[in-house]
Amino acid sequence: MRLENREALANKREEAKEAMKRPSHRILVCAGTGCLAGGSAKIYDKFVEMAAKVEGVEVDFGSEAHKGVHMDTGVKRSGCHGFCEMGPLVRIEPSNYLYIKVKEEDCEEIFNETILNDRPVERLLYEVDGVKYETQEKIPFYEKQTRLVLKNCGHIDAENIDEYLAVGGYQALEKVLFEMTPEDVVNEILESNLRGRGGGGFQTGYKWKQVARQQEKQKYVVCNGDEGDPGAFMDRSVMEGDPHKMLEGMMIAGYAVGASEGYIYVRAEYPLAINRLKLAIAQANEAGLLGENILGTGFNFQIHINRGAGAFVCGEGSALTASIEGERGMPRTKPPRTVEQGLFAKPTVLNNVETYANVPMIINEGSAWFKGIGTEGSPGTKAFALTGSVKNTGLIEVPMGTNLREIVYDIGGGVKNDVPFKAVQIGGPSGGCLVTRDLDVKLDFDSLKKLGAMIGSGGLVVMDENTCMVEVARFFMNFTQNESCGKCVPCREGTKRMLEILENIVAGKGTEEDLDVLAELGEAITNTALCGLGKSAALPVLSTLKNFREEYLEHVVEKRCKTGNCQALMQYKINPELCKGCSKCARNCPVNAISGKVKEPFVIDQATCIKCGTCLDNCPFGAIVKES
Amino acid sequence: MDYITIDSKKVPIEGEKNVLSLIRKAGIDLPTFCYHSELSIYGACRMCVVEDDRGRIFASCSEQPRPGMVIRTNTKRIQNYRKLIIELLLASHCRDCTVCHKNGMCELQSLAYKVGVHNVRFPNTKEQKPLDMSSPSIVIDPNKCILCGDCVRTCDEIQGVGAINFAFRGSNTQVMPAFNKKMSETDCVGCGQCAAVCPTAAISIKSNVTAVWDLIEDKNIRVVAQIAPAVRIAVGDHFNIPKGENSFGKLVAALRIMGFDQIYDTNFAADITVLEESAEFAKRLESGENMPLFTSCCPGWVKYCENKYPEFAKNISTCRSPQGMFSAIIKEYYKEQDEKEGKQTVVVSIMPCTAKKGEILREDNFTDGRQDTDYVLTTTEIIRMTKEMGIQFDKIEGESADMPFSLASGGGAIFGATGGVTEAVLRHLSAKKDFQTLQDISLVGVRGEDGIKEATVDFNGRELHIAVVNGLANAGKLLDKMKAGEASYDFVEVMACKRGCIMGGGQPGPAGPRTKKRRMEGIYRVDASSNIRSSDENPAVAALYEGFLKGKEHKLLHRNLHE
Repeated sequence: MRLENREALANKREEAKEAMKRPSHRILVCAGTGCLAGGSAKIYDKFVEMAAKVEGVEVDFGSEAHKGVHMDTGVKRSGCHGFCEMGPLVRIEPSNYLYIKVKEEDCEEIFNETILNDRPVERLLYEVDGVKYETQEKIPFYEKQTRLVLKNCGHIDAENIDEYLAVGGYQALEKVLFEMTPEDVVNEILESNLRGRGGGGFQTGYKWKQVARQQEKQKYVVCNGDEGDPGAFMDRSVMEGDPHKMLEGMMIAGYAVGASEGYIYVRAEYPLAINRLKLAIAQANEAGLLGENILGTGFNFQIHINRGAGAFVCGEGSALTASIEGERGMPRTKPPRTVEQGLFAKPTVLNNVETYANVPMIINEGSAWFKGIGTEGSPGTKAFALTGSVKNTGLIEVPMGTNLREIVYDIGGGVKNDVPFKAVQIGGPSGGCLVTRDLDVKLDFDSLKKLGAMIGSGGLVVMDENTCMVEVARFFMNFTQNESCGKCVPCREGTKRMLEILENIVAGKGTEEDLDVLAELGEAITNTALCGLGKSAALPVLSTLKNFREEYLEHVVEKRCKTGNCQALMQYKINPELCKGCSKCARNCPVNAISGKVKEPFVIDQATCIKCGTCLDNCPFGAIVKES
Repeated sequence: MDYITIDSKKVPIEGEKNVLSLIRKAGIDLPTFCYHSELSIYGACRMCVVEDDRGRIFASCSEQPRPGMVIRTNTKRIQNYRKLIIELLLASHCRDCTVCHKNGMCELQSLAYKVGVHNVRFPNTKEQKPLDMSSPSIVIDPNKCILCGDCVRTCDEIQGVGAINFAFRGSNTQVMPAFNKKMSETDCVGCGQCAAVCPTAAISIKSNVTAVWDLIEDKNIRVVAQIAPAVRIAVGDHFNIPKGENSFGKLVAALRIMGFDQIYDTNFAADITVLEESAEFAKRLESGENMPLFTSCCPGWVKYCENKYPEFAKNISTCRSPQGMFSAIIKEYYKEQDEKEGKQTVVVSIMPCTAKKGEILREDNFTDGRQDTDYVLTTTEIIRMTKEMGIQFDKIEGESADMPFSLASGGGAIFGATGGVTEAVLRHLSAKKDFQTLQDISLVGVRGEDGIKEATVDFNGRELHIAVVNGLANAGKLLDKMKAGEASYDFVEVMACKRGCIMGGGQPGPAGPRTKKRRMEGIYRVDASSNIRSSDENPAVAALYEGFLKGKEHKLLHRNLHE
């Protein structure tokens, strides 16, 4: 049904609110990628089966596969709850109990206890330091967060525009269309000092202002959903869990700058996000919130989806627009800048998913409210994908300026297995590492830049003492070299040489001079590369070199990796005290590196050994040791 | 006046679009691989990085000059970066310089020397890739490519062909046709402009030098050469001869030393082309069929039209190109003599053009199933042969070409520059041939470097609308306009290469703006110094028509367009 005017929208919203209140209980089974892998689909099926017998119970889930069920029984879908480490997760409303690591067998007990008798199932509640947490909101992982962008994720049906309307969706669009001029909107965003969440941290309002003042008639609003950092999935969660919020942000941008067409560039690896966005766009069109003459105001806006073919570089603005145009995704020189000549050489607003998702809140609550959150230079919140050696991995959102200690220890619950903390890689392959002395630094755009790191899109990989930093550097350099577009010489050839040197070092073939060459190449790439990705390509190496030089030296001088990560630097040895001379190791060695006389201790020829570990696995006496 | 400061020197900003232009204006020859004033700014080689007074480092090719800027082009840091970039390029580059045919003319080699790179610390770990030899005109050697993208942009922006682009990522990036195709399977027209801009030997002209040496060596073969109009004003480039000077006589002498049996001037055949094409034009004008008439001298253009605008193929003149006509005439002329002497005549044409190597293989250029032109040697290849023989080109005396096929009018000579064919046709169509008339014709607007030139001339009381195009991208624009009904013409001349054959893909490089200008002037000087200016006044041509050509005009001079 098309909403012709403001009144119709208000009525529709009231209707939606009523509908949302109707069920007595809602069971929200997390359908984020992590929980799905943990078997949440079966849990969902089980609940649906049981709920069918009871009036007024709703089961909420996020899988496309259950579309058929949705039609028949009114089952709904939600996005990722964020607490991936503890999945599969089941949330029960209205009591807000959060059950963790739920198995199919637990469903019956949950149903009987919580749904029918309003009692928690104690053994499935989250527990830490002897304290059990009944409700989701009280769990430290959630309590320490400020979930604004992710507020609706996991709480509303992402495939139903009504639920978004019921929680106040499209109120901001309504406000700008009826109460604000485009200049007002630009000024409000400018005043809020919202900075781009995609990595650069450029002022969003300033970008909008520049596009708004361009004389060209045709302008575009583009959303960068090409989240390519390994381990980052903040934008995916928004697109999957609350797609309308992002669409609303884009429409507001369109109104502010005078554009009537928007493009969302999403990675093809995000099929669920693409489906959700398609559905959201279709529903918004049907409701008249997209299309011609929106709510009778004369404002027109349409949104298209473009799927990216999986090139990391297409997250760079000019490569992204080139890709939408059907060209090879390669960054180009600036000027002209995207705000002047972006997509199809027309003035273009280009922001990322999280940035657009912030916009409706700022419009609704005002820039003063927004500036009350976070730090002065970087107001608002930031979503991070917290992964690696941390107890509570998952998707988090904290005010800008939260320090690393709070994130790793309070929200993350500390390092896994209580191994000492070593570092955090922030910002993915474009970022750098933060170390123990940086734990109390406030994380925002400017402070991180000073430390030689960057927020990037928001990947946070926690590393403990058992992580080899040279190997980490090699890993990221391998990624960068593979993903370099190949255009400029420093990035294409320089990262290739850096990677080769790092490969040599972890293989035990490095020299001390190699470290100087690494630094020389890194500095040159940073200063001379063409695009932002190239300029930051060497950061993981430069920052580990700065913070962990002694570890590099250990690799090149002593040929030793104390963490045991670098296989080539390991030595397998036979303890003569324990060896019975049975020859089993020698018989199983694929390269005949082991020799000896039966019933006497055997020895491994280190020059021949390929360090496969077969001998260690085969020794019946535990005589073989792996030394670093 | 606004200034920027470059290495403590104040340089006025006079409409320059980028800082690099200002740096060069200041007399500093900042090296680049990917900057070309006729192409879009690419910014990939990073050789032109400079540092400003705040320590910011940027590529000067893509930076707009701002009044008051203070930059340094040669700080220690910048020098090191530049050296490192060259070192990195060399590290991934085939380093068989001594046996490379670009040795001594390679920009990578020369910049490595200029910048002072004396050591490469990294081994070449790149996988050796196979060469693409499939095109009759060019060869692609990916192992010598530095990925500056000059060829890609030339093919796309100047020629509108887009046969090559980048494939793969990171250090595996490669310039090649899409979908792993070979060059011969693409829309490549063979113009060779990619080879002309290539700073290394990654794209080069497919050489026929060895094959021609073998022919010369064979006593049973009569090797006949024809020399195209634009060769004479460029062949001296590598022999200390002033740019644009006519070296036809020296070239004839050199070819005789090499052992060519007969040497003719293609200008003669250009005169025949004028007569044939004018007759065809008059006929079409009369009947109104297949109008406008498109010229057919340029094989790059013919192929481009067939590939991209097949609906216009019928508009192309049925005339063979001067090369095609001439080879057919030569083969026919020597037929009896060959039989008598037990010899075989082969025609080697010396051309400024790489696409001609493809043209000779087209069956519509064959006579009774026989390939008329056996080999095409580009100007660059003939320079190579001259050097191989040690001929002191600048010192030898000029000689005359052989008769009866070397007398030519100025009209034939100007085929080498854009607008020349049209001007020659106009001279022929004009009833009056006095000096003033010729002067008037030269001023109707067909001369000059503009990509698309339009002129209206009076012919027997009706207005003729003429378009003269150079650069295939411009041809595409013109055809699009014609398709949309926004433009209509009677006669359209297209030359694939910008400025015409004088800047063909087979001409020696490097050729900067000054050389281009000198070559253009050189062509018109040949015309101005001719005794005969209009093709129809060439007595040798008239004699030919009266002689053995009689009755064979269509067979020898026109393309064989039957299935």
